[in-house]
Amino acid sequence: MTALDVLMLGLALGVFLCLYRALRGPTPADRAVSVDILGVLMVGFCAVMTVATGKDLYMIVGLAWASLAFVGSLALAKFLEGRSFDD
Amino acid sequence: MIDFSNPLHLLAYGVMAAGLAFDLVGCIGLVRLPDVYNRLQAGTKCVTLGTCLLLLGVLLRFGFGSMGWKALLCLWFIAMTSPTAAHAIARAAHRAGYALWKGSVGDRYAEDDEGRNIQPAAAADRPKEA
Repeated sequence: MTALDVLMLGLALGVFLCLYRALRGPTPADRAVSVDILGVLMVGFCAVMTVATGKDLYMIVGLAWASLAFVGSLALAKFLEGRSFDD
Repeated sequence: MIDFSNPLHLLAYGVMAAGLAFDLVGCIGLVRLPDVYNRLQAGTKCVTLGTCLLLLGVLLRFGFGSMGWKALLCLWFIAMTSPTAAHAIARAAHRAGYALWKGSVGDRYAEDDEGRNIQPAAAADRPKEA
């Protein structure tokens, strides 16, 4: 096992913990928190993939994922509060 | 894979290992802590710092090239937006009336809101602090 395998397996364990909270979360707010954190973890996964492959494609994927996760979290928060999307 | 003769590579892998540790601690906190606000603060702070350290590892590993600049931009973006999203979710959850953990000792947001008539439904019937 190389160092990159350890990094990827550790991040995968974190992703599964987040998914556990997203599935078991007693309230919708817990699921929103879990999905928000899942997006940030995926950017970390893209960073590890960049080091593993040496291609900058994965960094572009990480940038796009970060911005989309931010917009999605804001939309989820607004929906959670009971407001509509054009409010 | 690791070039042991280059100290910058060793530093990069050390920083990435620290980032992985922070990420894992944040995810364990997300599973273990009792209510949504505790989970939010454990998950958000630890995972933001962990992912920023992973991206810093990319910058240290490759230098200021096509990957390093993107990693730096991504680091800045994560550091700006992740606390903002966490704040939005916490505010929305509080306003929607999700209850605090029964061991919580204070609710400053409800106290601050009392003069502005935007109290959440659940905070209204929560007993006031003596």
